[in-house]
Amino acid sequence: MAHTVKRHRGIMDWLTTVDHKKIGILYLLAGALFFGIGGIEAILIRIQLIKPMNDFVDAQTFNELITMHGTTMIFLGAMPIILALMNVIVPLQIGARDVAFPFLNALGFWTFFFGGILLNLSWLIGSVPDAGWTSYLPLASVDYSNSHGVDFYTIGLQISGLGTLIGGINFLATIINMRAPGMSFMRMPMFTWASFITSALILFAFPAVTVGLILLMFDRLFGGNFFYVPNGGNVVLWQHIFWIFGHPEVYILILPAFGIISDVVSTFSRKRLFGYSSMVFATVLIGFLGFMVWAHHMFAVGLGPVANALFSIATMLIAVPTGIKIFNWLFTMWGGSIQFTAANMYAISFIPTFVMGGVTGVMLASAPADFQFHDTYFVVAHFHYTIVGGLVLGLFAGLHYWWPKMFGRMLNEPLGKVTFWLFWIGFQLTFFIQHFLGLLGMQRRVFTYLPNQGFDKMNLVSTIGAIMMGVGVILFLVNVVITSTKPKNLGNDPWGDGRTLEWTIPSPVPEYNFKQTPLVRGYDAWWKEKMEGNTEMPAAEPVGSIHMPSPSILPFMMSVGLFVAGFGFMFAKDDFGNTALNFLFGNHLIAAFGLLITFGCMFLRSVKDDHGYHIEPEELEQKGVKA
Amino acid sequence: MSAPAHHVDDQWPHEPEKATLEGRNKVIGFWLFLGGEAVLFGTLFATFLALRNQIGDGPSAAELFKLPMIATVTAILLVSSLTSVFAIQAMHRKEVKAMLNWLIVTVILGFCFLGMEIYEFVEYVHEGHTFTTSAFSSSFYTLVGFHGAHVAFGVAWISILIAQVRKKGLNLVTAPKVYVSAIYWHFIDVVWVFIFTVVYLMGKVG
Ligand code: HEM
Ligand SMILES: [Cu+2]
Repeated sequence: MAHTVKRHRGIMDWLTTVDHKKIGILYLLAGALFFGIGGIEAILIRIQLIKPMNDFVDAQTFNELITMHGTTMIFLGAMPIILALMNVIVPLQIGARDVAFPFLNALGFWTFFFGGILLNLSWLIGSVPDAGWTSYLPLASVDYSNSHGVDFYTIGLQISGLGTLIGGINFLATIINMRAPGMSFMRMPMFTWASFITSALILFAFPAVTVGLILLMFDRLFGGNFFYVPNGGNVVLWQHIFWIFGHPEVYILILPAFGIISDVVSTFSRKRLFGYSSMVFATVLIGFLGFMVWAHHMFAVGLGPVANALFSIATMLIAVPTGIKIFNWLFTMWGGSIQFTAANMYAISFIPTFVMGGVTGVMLASAPADFQFHDTYFVVAHFHYTIVGGLVLGLFAGLHYWWPKMFGRMLNEPLGKVTFWLFWIGFQLTFFIQHFLGLLGMQRRVFTYLPNQGFDKMNLVSTIGAIMMGVGVILFLVNVVITSTKPKNLGNDPWGDGRTLEWTIPSPVPEYNFKQTPLVRGYDAWWKEKMEGNTEMPAAEPVGSIHMPSPSILPFMMSVGLFVAGFGFMFAKDDFGNTALNFLFGNHLIAAFGLLITFGCMFLRSVKDDHGYHIEPEELEQKGVKA
Repeated sequence: MSAPAHHVDDQWPHEPEKATLEGRNKVIGFWLFLGGEAVLFGTLFATFLALRNQIGDGPSAAELFKLPMIATVTAILLVSSLTSVFAIQAMHRKEVKAMLNWLIVTVILGFCFLGMEIYEFVEYVHEGHTFTTSAFSSSFYTLVGFHGAHVAFGVAWISILIAQVRKKGLNLVTAPKVYVSAIYWHFIDVVWVFIFTVVYLMGKVG
């Protein structure tokens, strides 16, 4: 059944691709776009706060900026870059030809992307979410937020969250079912383990926030009473639902960084990761405990001393597995022959910075102390140490480390190091000082402050740091551009010290990944073979014809459908001053049309079998198969 | 492939839904998806439990619910789960006709359930229990309505599968599809058992 499938070119290739490497690159591009938008918002926030009583932006715009900054960075900036690396690297690390659900993988990307676009169109349409990234009630209710702003938030995040959920299921199934022979769970590289646990957290955390967003949407669009106190609603319910999702979400963000750091530090120390099994155990435990601590965000709500004490203790417990990880990284470096590549500099600097974030975390976990810290810049400093000093440094480490595998070209090392120092110093300048601002009592989310409270100089320093970070990010983009002009001439293992399976195949990776499925004989499979004098992995199968899934435009169309439906629901009650538009939106015809596209495509997918196509051995020999 | 005694014929494996890698992926992926669905319904149940006594000016659960009717729809849904089990057993024996017939019975029972639920909702609206009446009513319609939407989706899905199997026959591509649709059907049945208990029985006893 060697069907000839038409292979698309150019833009159609990208819209229809089901290749996990290409989807990874799409995630990276989309993540970079949203990261850029969120970064500009951040700089604008810091410019407003550069001096007391500043009027660079007004209070309403400031609220919009902080809301969109937080929402964009977490849901649309950090998540896709994580998913980009997971997409490209996880199947390679387990020796798989593909993910379990290539079609769903594409669907996950496109729904994520269109959800993010919908959310950000709020800037163009001129009603922007303004109730904070946590969207607390009653602030986010129609009574206090009477534009479409929060509707963009509820609907945009529902659509993009659906995409993330699909991605999570795909990676769980991939890791469970698609590992190469010999790749047992306890031989999987740490990044794959981290992706596995992160995907599990996505699976169990995202549906909760989806429900929360649906309830909020029902309240705002259809007159529901979930959070409307006069009719018996309960505003604290929102906080519970949000944080039952929200705390696992912060571990969804940090675990992949833990995985990246483990792989990078061990590669560039030329040593086996210290305490591999304790590392796995700590990852699983963090994932589990992550669901038990949500109320530490609600200490000041008044849940009572018993609840506060229990959640306090549960929160502090997480520091134990986290500490295990820190020590394992230190012991991995101990006695290793450390190479200070740009990737490794990001990775090593992650360790002390993240420890800082953990320490302030444990301080916040003490409920009585949190009454003082809560909603001040101390909390802002805490979570930026964990997210920027943790996740973002981890992502930069991962991008520098795997760039050659993704694109076949090495990022410029000296420029990478300059970027690192700018970004890192800028980061410390921006956020270290915010601990003290918080302790002095400066509140977060307030658009300005009065002079002579001891805030002025520190805010100036913080803004200067933020600009340095911005310059750092621009330098990184310059590096990407310069690199893209260089020839693609890298071997399989450009660092020379690769330990895992992704370094046994060409860079960039051919569409079928492995010509022959490798046979894994131990942890750090590739390193083990190298130590035994082998130049390639033993194969688990003879060279043969390889089955590939066909490209499809349906994932893209299904996401467009959801996007249209989202607008349809949002504007159903608006008066456009135009009878035709009023008729279409008012009768939910637009919404129905969007859903029809989505379900129609789903139907097509169900009834049309995808036979895929085959890559034959002759074609493999010619090496001309890079579509 | 060697054919142990319990095989129906040489071609038809013991567990056709897991005979191919695609099939195995589909089954595991679907179980994972149901894990997410469980959290989704769990959150809806938690919301309902938090708000179920906030009836405002509207009627209370004890005034609204009529247990004989609810017990009937419960029985219908439970029986439909059983018929979908029969369908899967027939699938394992490769008795295509029997499988299709049991699936059709399942779909019909699903339609009965939906019809009665719609009738129930219309009744409630007449008694002044609308989506916007109170926090109780909003959470009631959301929880039960979400379940109803799942039933509707399931009915549509299984109907499409029936048509597909008619056209393409029962093979290693269609078998996993039928199998996961049956797991889905059991799942919404289990959710209903919780709704019956938490919403209706607890609503009656107050
Ligand atoms: C040892 C580990 C950690 C502990 C004990 C901890 C503890 C806490 C506590 C108690 C708060 C609530 C503070 C308040 O609002 O008054 C908080 C806030 C926060 N944490 Fe952590 N945390 C830890 C690690 C992390 C990590 C790894 C991340 C992200 C990658 C993170 C991200 C956040 C965020 C985003 C908030 C603020 C949410 C908001 O109110 O907007 N934390 N943390
Ligand atoms: Cu938390």
